Amino acid sequence: MRKVKLFTIDALPYRQPIPVYGYRFGSRKKTLAVMGAIRGDEVQQMYVAARLVRKFSELEKQGAFAPDLGVLVVPCAGQFSMNVSKRFWPLDNTDINRMFPGYSEGETTQRLADRIFRALQGYRWGVHLASFYLPGDFVPHVRIMDTGYQPNEEGLDFGLPYLMIRKPHPYDTTTLNYNWQVWETRTFSIYSRTTDYIDEESAEMAADSVLYFLAKKGMLPYKLPEGVRRFLSEKGLLGSELPEGSRTKTVKEENLVNIHNKAGGILIRYHHPADFVREGNLLAEIIDPYTTDVREKIRAPKDGTLFFAHHGQLIAGRSIVFRLIPKERVGK
Amino acid sequence: MIETVIKAPLPVGEALAIQKNRIAGRDAATRRLAIVTGTHGDELEGQYVAWQLARVLEEKKDALRGTVDIYPALNPLGISTIYRGLPGFDLDMNRIFPGSRNETMYEYIANGIIRDIKGADLCIDIHASNIFLREIPQVRINEKTAKQLVPLAKLLNMDFIWVHSAATVLESTLAYSLNMLDTKTLVVEMGVGMRITQSYGDQLITGILSVMAHLGMLAEPGPAVKQPVVSTDGSVSFLNAGASGFFMPQVKHGDYVKKGQLVGLIADSLDGGTKETLCSPVDGLVFTLREYPVVNEGSLIARILGGIGTNKKKTAVPETEQADEKKSASSVKGGSTAKRKAGLAAKRGGAKR
Repeated sequence: MRKVKLFTIDALPYRQPIPVYGYRFGSRKKTLAVMGAIRGDEVQQMYVAARLVRKFSELEKQGAFAPDLGVLVVPCAGQFSMNVSKRFWPLDNTDINRMFPGYSEGETTQRLADRIFRALQGYRWGVHLASFYLPGDFVPHVRIMDTGYQPNEEGLDFGLPYLMIRKPHPYDTTTLNYNWQVWETRTFSIYSRTTDYIDEESAEMAADSVLYFLAKKGMLPYKLPEGVRRFLSEKGLLGSELPEGSRTKTVKEENLVNIHNKAGGILIRYHHPADFVREGNLLAEIIDPYTTDVREKIRAPKDGTLFFAHHGQLIAGRSIVFRLIPKERVGK
Repeated sequence: MIETVIKAPLPVGEALAIQKNRIAGRDAATRRLAIVTGTHGDELEGQYVAWQLARVLEEKKDALRGTVDIYPALNPLGISTIYRGLPGFDLDMNRIFPGSRNETMYEYIANGIIRDIKGADLCIDIHASNIFLREIPQVRINEKTAKQLVPLAKLLNMDFIWVHSAATVLESTLAYSLNMLDTKTLVVEMGVGMRITQSYGDQLITGILSVMAHLGMLAEPGPAVKQPVVSTDGSVSFLNAGASGFFMPQVKHGDYVKKGQLVGLIADSLDGGTKETLCSPVDGLVFTLREYPVVNEGSLIARILGGIGTNKKKTAVPETEQADEKKSASSVKGGSTAKRKAGLAAKRGGAKR
């Protein structure tokens, strides 16, 4: 393992210069780069990357790396926001993940995006440990932006429960994922359950999925991640026999069913991401914040697996309370 | 008459409501002008225009033909909380249009706004700069719609018209969405965030009356307006901070400067030193100037319009930005990788509205 200073952030008056570190493993070839936290609340993403640093370090010591495997892990490039409890750039609230590919002569967050992107360029594969723009909990999954630049099926090699295919929106074109693809790195975003607090189980699953991906490429010893196996088993997605590959299910984002609420109030959730629900099952209630009277019952519109659940206790009307993978839409 | 365009319940005893002031003249259904502002919660320049225009039109009610809808706050929660974006939501409101009835609450709201404005003869979307920069009054137009819109923009009494390139990320703006729905929409940018510059507002109101007369919405001659410089007349240079500290301007917004002239300096208040002196790279007009003193490395300090001659204190457009933006991506999917790279690398955050 080699700890290298990628660049230093010296952009804020009265703040000390902040070095951004990367951890390199294996050969000097640019095989895989993993980007952890970019935003200031991505504690889980930083933690997953940190666990990967430990795992890669141990594997490297064991001599398990294939000769042509070279890995870079950047646990965090959002320290300046993280240390003051801000999600975005502290001065102007701009989001570095809406500034890629960056610009070295541009404004502050464009310059930071440029420095991050330069450190991450040239890798064969890229993994961004990402967070979502809506506050909520997910089923752990790998997500691919369907740009046409890379084969989507490669996402199956992470062995996570779901592979989500997303058609890019205009605002996606300034994200790390999109630009990394354009710069010829095959790119995957991995979503674990949480953002601003640590969920050990899904953090382990996310970190192991990266090792599993490299194992599938013949660059690390093969092993189905224990966390993934346990998850699949608990959800009845595994038979008695361990499959040769994963049982990853491919889902197109446009096929998800959004379950909305009409009323605002306090959200009482009865189901959680990864739960299989039947049509008509009571998923949640919206209760009056003054009296606890039930204002609305949220029921499953069809059979399926819950993919996303709103996170907060308070909820406005017309929000997305759940996203559901309908049973008949699930891929292979 | 105050009307509610769309609303959604908030969690605790309140509703998010988008409202408009409908001012109807004779033959109210024949023509419609939409004046919208308040998409970014820290931009208040449009508040003066909304207020003053309603008063002016009330006085001119006998001459008014058709309907003027004034939407003063597309993002009421942002305005009331001094927050540029949408509270509780990561995306800029001007990146979620045309919205959707099947997504989040804010996308539902955005879709309701679009549906209400759609079909107007003209929409004028008023923005200020953010709190960091001060801008001269200008109209920004996507090159895809320039042919249709530049003639109308010239009536708006603004100082210049910036025809910018078609970056993919801008396809989620209110103006782009409406223009794609054949509702002509002009974006006005002026002043500074969190402040109101009444003289700029009055300048725009004169322009609005002029364009109303042109559209046949005023039964009286439109007021005379100044001729703006259109973007191709000059070229723009950027001045960015190379160090963090406190910006001390040495010129005024709108000044004409010489190449090498001191524009400002970055002070180090800890040791009394000067971290950087910033000089103009060209002869030209300072049409954008840093307003907020705290700067980071990279903060934009000034945009200077050169190439317009020393005796021509008019404004024109960022040729540099245009040239860059013209290289930028035109679609979300497809195109060769090399072409996409060139386009994305060239994006320089010019016309961000």
